[in-house]
Order: sequence, then C-alpha cells, then structure tokens
Amino acid sequence: MPESIPPDSVGLVEPKCARFDTALTLECGRSLPSYELVYEAYGKLNAERSNAILICHALSGTHHAAGYNSPADRKPGWWEVCIGPGKPIDTNRFFVICCNNLGGCHGSTGPTTINPATGEPYGADFPIITVQDWVHSQARLADHLGIDRWAAIAGGSLGAMQALQWAIEYPHRLRHAVVIAAAPRLSAQNIAFNEVARQAIRSDPEFHSGRYQNHQVVPRRGLMLARMLGHITYLSDQAMRAKFGRDLRRGKDDFDFHYEVEFEVESYLRYQGESFVNRFDANTYLLMTKALDYFDPAAAFEGNLAKALVGVAAQFLVVAFTSDWRFSPARSREIVRALLDNDKEVSYAEIEADHGHDAFLMPVPQYLEVFRTYMDKVAAESAESGV
Amino acid sequence: MNGLRADLQIVADWITPRARVLDLGCGDGTLLRHLQDNQSVTGYGLEIDAEKIVHCIRNGVNVIQTDLDQGLSDFDVGSFDYVVMTQTLQAVRRPDLLLDEILRVGRMGIVTFPNFAFWRLRYYLTVLGRMPMSGALSYTWYETPNIHLCSIKDFEELCLQKGIRILEREVLSHDLRRPVIAGVLPNLLAEIAIYRFCRS
Repeated sequence: MPESIPPDSVGLVEPKCARFDTALTLECGRSLPSYELVYEAYGKLNAERSNAILICHALSGTHHAAGYNSPADRKPGWWEVCIGPGKPIDTNRFFVICCNNLGGCHGSTGPTTINPATGEPYGADFPIITVQDWVHSQARLADHLGIDRWAAIAGGSLGAMQALQWAIEYPHRLRHAVVIAAAPRLSAQNIAFNEVARQAIRSDPEFHSGRYQNHQVVPRRGLMLARMLGHITYLSDQAMRAKFGRDLRRGKDDFDFHYEVEFEVESYLRYQGESFVNRFDANTYLLMTKALDYFDPAAAFEGNLAKALVGVAAQFLVVAFTSDWRFSPARSREIVRALLDNDKEVSYAEIEADHGHDAFLMPVPQYLEVFRTYMDKVAAESAESGV
Repeated sequence: MNGLRADLQIVADWITPRARVLDLGCGDGTLLRHLQDNQSVTGYGLEIDAEKIVHCIRNGVNVIQTDLDQGLSDFDVGSFDYVVMTQTLQAVRRPDLLLDEILRVGRMGIVTFPNFAFWRLRYYLTVLGRMPMSGALSYTWYETPNIHLCSIKDFEELCLQKGIRILEREVLSHDLRRPVIAGVLPNLLAEIAIYRFCRS
C-alpha cells in the first residue's frame, strides 16, 4: 500500500460472499446446484435503491476493483483510476458492486472450488461458463442485494460484453450500459490468440488434463506463456516501443549471444507471466478465453447484431481507443451502428491513446473526462427520479 | 427566452416537432439540445472534436465521434427527417459528396455556410489584398479548417447540377441580422446563407 491511502480511493475494503442454493442452469446444458459469488461494495445505496452500479470484470479481473484489501497491499484494485470519491464512478454518489465471476479463481465458485459431489476440486470438471451465464448469476446477486434496476452497468473488454449482454437480456434492469474497449464478438484473429494461449496451458506436462490440483502441481510454464501472449495483444506497438524500445537489461550495451533474458521487453513479459501464475488458475484462464470466444449475441439472429439489440432499453456510452488493435474502434462502431439502426440512445467516443487495449485501465485524461461527464448525467437521474 | 444564435434559430424554426434529426458537426450540441427541449426532436449529433464530445454529453445530446469525411455509412437510407449541417460544409473534403450523403440518409437537408462572396470578404481581397476574414470566417489562412469555401451562387449552381431542389433560403448579414435588402443582392450582402433542400 502507499504510505497513506489517497483521498480519492475507497480505502480499505473487505470482500463479501453471497451464497446461492438454487441450481443455475448453464448455457452448456449442465447446471450448478449451488454456488458462491464473492463481491466488493463501495459507497452507499440510497433509499430509493436507484444509485447502484455493477462493474463487470475482464479476463484476468477480480471482484477487487478499487481500494485496498489490506494495509500491506502494494497495489489498489484493478479499476482504481475510475472508481473512488470524485472519480468517474464516484463512490460519494454511487453504490458500486463488483463480483468475481463464476468460474473465477478469487473466491467465487470455480475450478479450484471443492465439488460437493466428489469432495475434490472441480478442476477440469467445472462446466464452461458463458457471458450469458455470468449475467444470469449477476442478476441473482442483484436480487440478493435488493437491486431491481442498476443505474448503470460498466465494464471494459470482456466486462463490456457482460454489460451488453445485460442490456439484451434484462432490458429493464439497467438504465445505462457503459461499454468500453469492446467487440460484439471475437474475430478469427482474436480466437486464434486465445487458442494459442489455451494450447500453451494444455500442452504443459504439469496440466494433467486439468487435474493438476490433485497432483499438487501447477502448469506454470503454460499459464505463463498464455499470459505473455495475451499481454502482447493488450499493448500497442507504440506503447511497447515507448516503454522498452530495443533497450537491453541493466544498462548492457552489447549482446551476450545466449537465450536468457537480454531485452527489456523480454524481462517485462517474463515478469508479467510469472507474477500472473501466482495469482491465477489455469483452468479459469481456459474457461475465460472460451467465454470470450463463444460470446456472440447476434448469432441467434443470423449474425445481425441490430436484431439482437431490438429490445434494448438502456442508454449506451460506447468508448474505444485509437491504438487498441485487439478490439479496435471499428469493433465498437459495430455496436454503435447496431444501436443506431434501432434508434437507441447512444454516445460514442474514440479516445486518442497509445496504450492499446489496456488503455481502459489507464488514467487517459480524455477518457476519464468523457466517462465522468456521462456518469454525472447518470448520477443526476438517480438523484431525481429514483428507479 | 433562450439565447439560440440567429442562424440556429432559423434552422430550428424549419424543423417540425418530433422530427428525427442528424446534426453533422454538431459542436457542443446546442442546436440538438434546443430541439430536444423545445420541439421534442430526437436524433444524434456527429462531431470529430474530442472536447466537444464532452460538451455534448454534458448537454444531454447523443453524440457519435465521427470524421464526416468518412461519409455516413453507419446510417441507412432515409433514417432521418432532417440532416442538418451548420457552418461545416466548407470544412469537409468533398462537400458535393456529403450533400449526396445528406440526402441519402435524410428526407430533407438543412445547410448553413459562410457566403464567400460577402462584400466584406471581397473588400479584404480586392482592396486590402489580404486573405478574407470575417466573423463567420475568423481563421488566418494558414490554420483555417475551411478548405472549400463557396458563394451563394456557387452553392445554388452545385444544387442545380446535382438535381437538388432548394425549398427555402434565408440569408443573414453581418451581426447575424436578417437584412432588409439582402433579398435584392444576397450574394453580395449576405454573410451567412441557410438552405433547406431535398431531392428533386
């Protein structure tokens, strides 16, 4: 943790857990007889229950979106730049919920959880969860919290896909959807990257067909490779050039002609990969990439996204970043276009940023300004109208 | 009651209540906000400038960050009752093609532009020998976004060539007043021209 908690942070927060004993039928046809969702809450729910915001996390995210879990924490939650007092998602005005998604590895029921039927970790037996399943499970969390209608649901990347799915599936349970750095479905190239990541994990000798927990091992190398690959797709060419260029490590000015780490960028990727292995589960990673691959709300409408969005009632803010090549602005424009085709309420901002896909996690001034201004409007409505 | 600029007021007066409007180069969203509040109009603004996007959102206007030079391909034929473009025609790469786009996605077009044959501008060039500047054209030659300036005669000639039917024309003189005599020599006396048009 920093020496003192910054005044624009939600500060120390404690995760909570909600248990659900009604079976959840999943898109894959299987069902979970019971499950738990771990979540964090920031800010206060108002008397009208009209100021609740749901934050949906992306592939490697958790329920810990803002603040610090302990004074020993080195870093705050993953969306600290956007959530806190006076920030775009202003916790002085909003009641903010973020849960670890089903299938995750940070407390919610997932592959590392003990399967009550066998007494062993689910591991590879854990069913594949889809974005739709997440939205269903989050709707139950909303019921549990007594929230009939979210003031807004916001997320970046895979999180944004959940916001979009919410708007399709529960049109009257959210007033606004904030869809950042998203795509309406993955491209072949996106799926290809995910497949290489999955193969890296599955071909690790320590993977043991997903039952590595029973063998008390972790497919470290595979998961690390998957993360390194993913990380390259989150950054832009410009960002990598600016951050590392061709710099060699530790002021070296010559090549050693070996295969150990020499370039700064190699060092960085290895560090990212290694630290990821310590906080993430390989089966969860596989599951999350599959959820991404399967996401395609237009599929049930002959690929016509506009038809999938006919029933949407939420107002949309769609944000894309110029240097994001994973989900380029053109992909966000597909969502915008489908909303326009239906005469839905939508604003779209294309933010000039060099960070690539990761820009949605960065303090890009124009991004924060657009986000804040939009959320001001959401807050004003919450205050005046109730639900 | 409200401080809507005279040229925008004329545009607003031409738009029927509850119409669907697309505003090209909508700036801070002033016109759309006025139309939403006073005429129950719905629609979108298109704007390229990042700061103005924020203003539009603050104004409660749906805005899509777009480069008009990329065309209006996100919009289907006849999606809007009116496509409005105020003081932007002169800043796009191909005004002629954009006019086609306006009448593809809209039933009617409304366009305002600074008349380059306005007497003060002529005076700048012919007497002072300087690149013309005026209230409506306040940029110096080297930084102006206005790359396709035209006169009232030029615009009407283009409409004729394209088979665009001009339904209404208003002109404003210096200080955005409706001049009494501009009807006589509009190309000389009008600083701003405002047109409503459709396909012939």
